[in-house]
This record gives sequence, C-alpha cells and structure tokens, in this order.
Amino acid sequence: MSFEVDVSLRRGEREIAARFSAGEGLTALFGPSGAGKTSLLDMVAGLLRPDRGRICVSGTVLFDSAARIDLPPEQRACGYVFQDGRLFPHRRVRDNLLYGWKLAPAGRRWLEPDAAIAFLGIGHLLERMPRSLSGGEAQRVAIGRALLSGPRFLLMDEPLASLDAARRDEIMRLIERMRDEFGIPILYVSHDRAELDRLAAAVIPVG
Amino acid sequence: MAVLVLSEAEWAIIGLSLKVSLVAVAAVLPPAMLLAWVLARCDFRGKILLDALVSLPLVLPPVVTGWLLLLAFGANGPLGRLLDEYLGITLIFRWTGAALAAAIMALPLMVRAIRLSLEAVDRRLEGAARSLGAGPWRCFASVTLPLTMPGILAALVLGFARSIGEFGATITFVSNIPGETRTLPLAIYNALQVPGGEAAVTRLAIISVLLSLAALTVSEVLARRAGGGRAGHVL
Repeated sequence: MSFEVDVSLRRGEREIAARFSAGEGLTALFGPSGAGKTSLLDMVAGLLRPDRGRICVSGTVLFDSAARIDLPPEQRACGYVFQDGRLFPHRRVRDNLLYGWKLAPAGRRWLEPDAAIAFLGIGHLLERMPRSLSGGEAQRVAIGRALLSGPRFLLMDEPLASLDAARRDEIMRLIERMRDEFGIPILYVSHDRAELDRLAAAVIPVG
Repeated sequence: MAVLVLSEAEWAIIGLSLKVSLVAVAAVLPPAMLLAWVLARCDFRGKILLDALVSLPLVLPPVVTGWLLLLAFGANGPLGRLLDEYLGITLIFRWTGAALAAAIMALPLMVRAIRLSLEAVDRRLEGAARSLGAGPWRCFASVTLPLTMPGILAALVLGFARSIGEFGATITFVSNIPGETRTLPLAIYNALQVPGGEAAVTRLAIISVLLSLAALTVSEVLARRAGGGRAGHVL
C-alpha cells in the first residue's frame, strides 16, 4: 500500500478525520471546500500534527501517536505542491528549483535538474523572480521544485485551481506523465469530479 | 567658511559618537532579534508584561532610564558589582556605559521594527521549506531571515539614529566627560552653555544631520539590494 492514513484532529468545533489506504498511482481526496482535505495533506507532510492516528507511506511510518513517532517534515521526503505555488519570493526560479535538490541526499535524487527543466518546459524562466511568473508558469516551477527534492511521494493540493482552462489542460497532461513515467505515488486533492475521473486511480471521499 | 572646519577635538567627538552608536547597535541586535522572535512567534503567560518591559525605555523619560541604569550598574548597584568583581568591567563614566545607555534606548525601536517584519513573513513559506528538506535552522536562515531583512535594516537605522541622538539617559548614567562620554548631543549641549560656542554648535549640528542622512541612504540602498529589485523601503 502506498498510503495508509488513519488520523483525527479536533480544531475548535470541527473534527477532521480520515481513514483510508491507497495503492499505486494517483489517489484523490475528493470533497467540498472546507472539508479538511488540505489539512489532511498537511498532516501527511508533517506541517500539521494530528491528535491521534497513524500515517504510513510506502511502508515508512511517518506518524504514529501510539508509538510516539512523529517525523519532522524535512525527514518525510514528500514533494508538496501547494495550491498557491508558495514559491520563495526572494529567490530566482533557478534557486527555487534547486532548493530541495541541494538539501536532498545524493542517493535520494532520482531526477536531475536538467531533466526536470526540460520535462516542465521552464528553461526560459530560470532567471526570473517568482512574482513575474504567470499562474501556470509558477505552478510548473512549484511542481519542479517538489520533484527535484528527491521525494518518495507527492502531495498535490488543487494544483489546477488557480489556472484558466488552457493552462489546466497543460498541467493535467504533465501530471499524467508524472504519474506514468515516474511511477511515484501521488496524493491529490480536488473538488472537481471531471479532473479526478481523468487522473485518479482511486477516489477517497472526504467530509 | 573657516567656521566649518572641524577642530581635532570635534573629530574626536564624532569618532566617539560613531564608536558608541555602532557598538550599541551591534551589541543590541542579537537580543533585539531574539525578543522580536519571542514576541512575534511565541504565546505564553506574561507576554504582555515582557512586551511592556521591552517598550519601557520608549515611554519613560530618558533621565529615569539613566537613573535606573545608574542604580543597577553603579559602583554599588547589583549588576555593577557583579561585572566589576567577576569581569573587572566598570561601565559608569566610561564610553561602554554610554553604549549601554544608547543600546537600552534603541532596543524598543529595533524590536518593534524586526517584530513587524517577522509577523509579515508568510509562515506557509516556512512550511514549504521544511517539506523540501530544510531543518528548522536552515529554514530560518534561508527563508525567514532574508524575508525579515528589510525590518532588520530598518531596525539598524532606527537604532543607530536613536543611539547617535541619545542624550538624557547618557548624561544621567555616565555624565558628560570629554573624550570618554561626551558624544555629539552632549557636546552640542555643552557648546551651547559656553559663551561664543555658536560656531561649534553649528558645525556639530551639521555633522549630526549628515550622519543621519548617510545612515538613511545606506540602508535604503541595502534594502533595495536585499529585496532583489523589489522596491524596498526601510522606514
């Protein structure tokens, strides 16, 4: 199993809870806005701590409240593509791309920067500052940054949400190729059914 | 124009002022950053009290701050005795004491500037850095610190300006000793008391204006560079 998740977190009046396991390929968390899908991704990434539960990805336990295991985010080897890109505004595209690559142990790097840049078609953007990128360009750079950090799995939080129709199709094709060519497990959040019909091997309802 | 030529003693005053201010700002920057971090990022009981304590020199009459420093660091003050006994350091009537007074007066302004800038950092960028493999310290050094840099520069300028203008706490704590604690404002005050001192006052006042302008200009330039072409403003 790629993802085994069983967590709960109480935030004020709201209870975010999920229990699922998922196999290879792209697994989608599907549900209305505000159902806690992003919180679930944050928990898998280690950016949000569940009250209790267990998170295991490809056989590695990332969090287990019973066993008192809670790996810090930098040790989870996850490539997180955020909904808003979240590029570092003070670094050029090149330095954004290489940020995680430089930190990853050599043995974990499975993609070279040149290959990633060619794959994403962002060679002409390398010297630009993030604020000068369009939504689609920024999202491609964010995907590249995540892929280059040597991740063992990817988390993608509505990566198409801020894009127009043409760009959506382009990024969607990229994600399909990533899924098929790299064979990396992907946990994908969306509230768009059509998007998931095309991309996802399994759909987990949330909320 | 001869009236604008600085005497040797006046050059010494400028040198002393620069030394006192630079040492004060450099020494107070690390604690200011730590306090700004604690106030911006931590939640604990007594935070309001800490916040008030840090801001106290901003609202107290400087003379009172100087007097409190005198009580604490004077020959019979608890801290003064400790420093003298264990490190052989005396602050009172020394330029180091003037630097301490300037540092205490600069602290609230510097904490404020850094804190505002820290609070403006998008914490989700820190989450992104962590998920890309950066530990807490690297995350701080590569994301938080550069994004806080405009605030730190502002803090340095404000702190330097406050230090170079410090008067009340300094004269109360370390007196007005030529060559040791007589900084620019104290020298101007002194020259005003002396008959025929107007020319000296003019010269020293012009120097004060030039120093402050230089500090502002340098920091604007640095902020622009730190901002990587973004229109950065220090103040």
